Amino acid sequence: MNLHEYQAKQLFRSYGIAVSNGVASDSAEGAKEAALSLGGDRWVVKAQVHAGGRGKAGGVELVDDIQGVEDFANKWLGKNLVTFQTDEKGQPINQILVESCSNIADELYLGAVIDRTSQRLVMMASNEGGVNIEDVAEATPEKIFKIAIDPVQGPNENQADKLSSSLGLDDRQKIQFRDIYMGLVRLFLEKDLALLEINPLVITAEGDLLCVDAKINIDSNALYRQEELSLMRDPSQEDKREAEAAEWDLSYVALDGDIGCMVNGAGLAMGTMDIIKLHGGEPANFLDVGGAADSKRVSEAFRIILSDSNVKAVLINIFGGIVRCDVIADGIVDALNNMGVEVPVVVRLEGNNAELGIKKLAKCNLNIIPAIGLEQAAELAVKAAKGITQ
Amino acid sequence: MSILIDKHTKVICQGFTGGQATQHCEQCIEYGTQLVGGVTPGKGGQEHLGLPVFNSVLDAVKETNATASIIFVPARFCKESILEAAESGIQLIVCITEGVPTLDMLEVKMRCDDLGVRLIGPNCPGIITPGECKMGIMPGSIHLPGKVGIISRSGTLTYEAVKQTTDFGFGQSSCVGIGGDPIPGSSFIDILGMFQEDPATEAIVMVGEIGGTAEELAAQFIQANITKPVVSYIAGVTAPAGKRMGHAGAIIAGGKGTAEEKFKALEAAGVYTVKSPADIGKGVAELTKW
Repeated sequence: MNLHEYQAKQLFRSYGIAVSNGVASDSAEGAKEAALSLGGDRWVVKAQVHAGGRGKAGGVELVDDIQGVEDFANKWLGKNLVTFQTDEKGQPINQILVESCSNIADELYLGAVIDRTSQRLVMMASNEGGVNIEDVAEATPEKIFKIAIDPVQGPNENQADKLSSSLGLDDRQKIQFRDIYMGLVRLFLEKDLALLEINPLVITAEGDLLCVDAKINIDSNALYRQEELSLMRDPSQEDKREAEAAEWDLSYVALDGDIGCMVNGAGLAMGTMDIIKLHGGEPANFLDVGGAADSKRVSEAFRIILSDSNVKAVLINIFGGIVRCDVIADGIVDALNNMGVEVPVVVRLEGNNAELGIKKLAKCNLNIIPAIGLEQAAELAVKAAKGITQ
Repeated sequence: MSILIDKHTKVICQGFTGGQATQHCEQCIEYGTQLVGGVTPGKGGQEHLGLPVFNSVLDAVKETNATASIIFVPARFCKESILEAAESGIQLIVCITEGVPTLDMLEVKMRCDDLGVRLIGPNCPGIITPGECKMGIMPGSIHLPGKVGIISRSGTLTYEAVKQTTDFGFGQSSCVGIGGDPIPGSSFIDILGMFQEDPATEAIVMVGEIGGTAEELAAQFIQANITKPVVSYIAGVTAPAGKRMGHAGAIIAGGKGTAEEKFKALEAAGVYTVKSPADIGKGVAELTKW
């Protein structure tokens, strides 16, 4: 689960990490008041969306008067921001963060993530902040300094000092960096983060370290013990169908093709998409019905798949391990009966109670095309999407 | 021969009396697994599925001499359950549960490594040695005792590989689902090494998927250490790049993690790759000339 920048900065503050002063608001009037309460005569105004690349997309501006703050809020609130990290529709802007402006002397990069390979929490820092850090990492990996942190022992100041030496910080900044480093690692470990990033971490003209941006992603599996963070969820930033699917423990991702897919298991779901493509078709979605699929969830999965008007055929591919194929078959029959599904439905059932499931489907006299094996299922689905059902 | 488990393996189940555990333990017993008891705190002394229930893993190990445990407890209790098993003398832990927080796994993995305990999973279908022992949720009927060792990150894709190698008549020596989580208890490399040593395994099927660098690391390991024929399929060639926030994930992966990248690494290591999940069995046949 992602947080907005203003939410991430609230967390930073509660861990004693230096961030810019700012107030988020959902109206132009509120933004204006925020600027007045912050004081000064220059502000940074920032559209709050769950995506990077906001600056290049016009979602971040430096303004010199109160009118500018109001104009920016009026321009963006209620609109969508399209960046290189969003789809073509972009992400809706419901809040504007107004911040005091700092004089920037230098921009650093700081990020933390779980490294699957070393199986440690890794903190990364670089002097090349602000620019496209991924390009820096690829072209000049030696410019990214890394520290691996033992999750049980937690962070220590020696690690912080090592990074600040690599970054060439002066003595005063080193002490500030310790607070930032220790705070960030504690935040990561205590709040079950999956990713934490500050780009840029600036050195101000006065020589102080300040977090000017903040990105946080939380491990969704740990939300049950992070109540405070769960409340920060912003459903407006999530794809509507994906969010609906999640309510039913279905994992759904919309794609551009015309063959709706319902599969159990993420790996097999991706494999099913791959084989559809190999047979000249295009999948309309990724959908994993999960391990505990029952008749209701199958119906719900159908509803979500068919809410995409591009879908011309549906391929159901179930290899029952936990899932019982006869239960899936009941769900398919119910859904077809209740929803009046008009597109052809290719069904392949294998594994746990598959024979029973196939028998149930054979008896129901509905628009179902049975398939034996993955290969045939894909062939039939691609044909069905082209209008060939014989 | 086989890897990890055989007909002599004594298995207990943690979370024994729960719904999922009950259903799958029944099937494991039916398959022939030597399930010797289970653990549900507070229910010690009771009987379930005709087997004794214990309050703790330590009690269960003392009474039954079990060396392996299969875990079905809810995700929020997995860390404690795995650590309890590891510290009570269990040598092999299979954690089926999905949704375990990543930070819990970091700690659990370190502890299991320190204690020399083998952990498989979480978020996995488990392990099976066909005809001998099933510690998992896979449908037993699709397996056939034989000579292909199967390792996979994905549950249902493992079944696909199993069914195809059964249909070709090759059968399987053992099948291991290592699970799809960021921090798995065992890696491809751990299991590849075991299959290399196992005389019953004559060929290996490795099923991977996009994300992480486990397949790339496995490719390096195969090139240096595996002399047996290896067939591999990677799921997700057509998967779209997800919406991302920030860059730290991409930096740490160093541009790796796509299906193309993984196929390339495996092919460079001499692995026989198939681009369709329906061609895994055929791939084994073509490579081994069986």
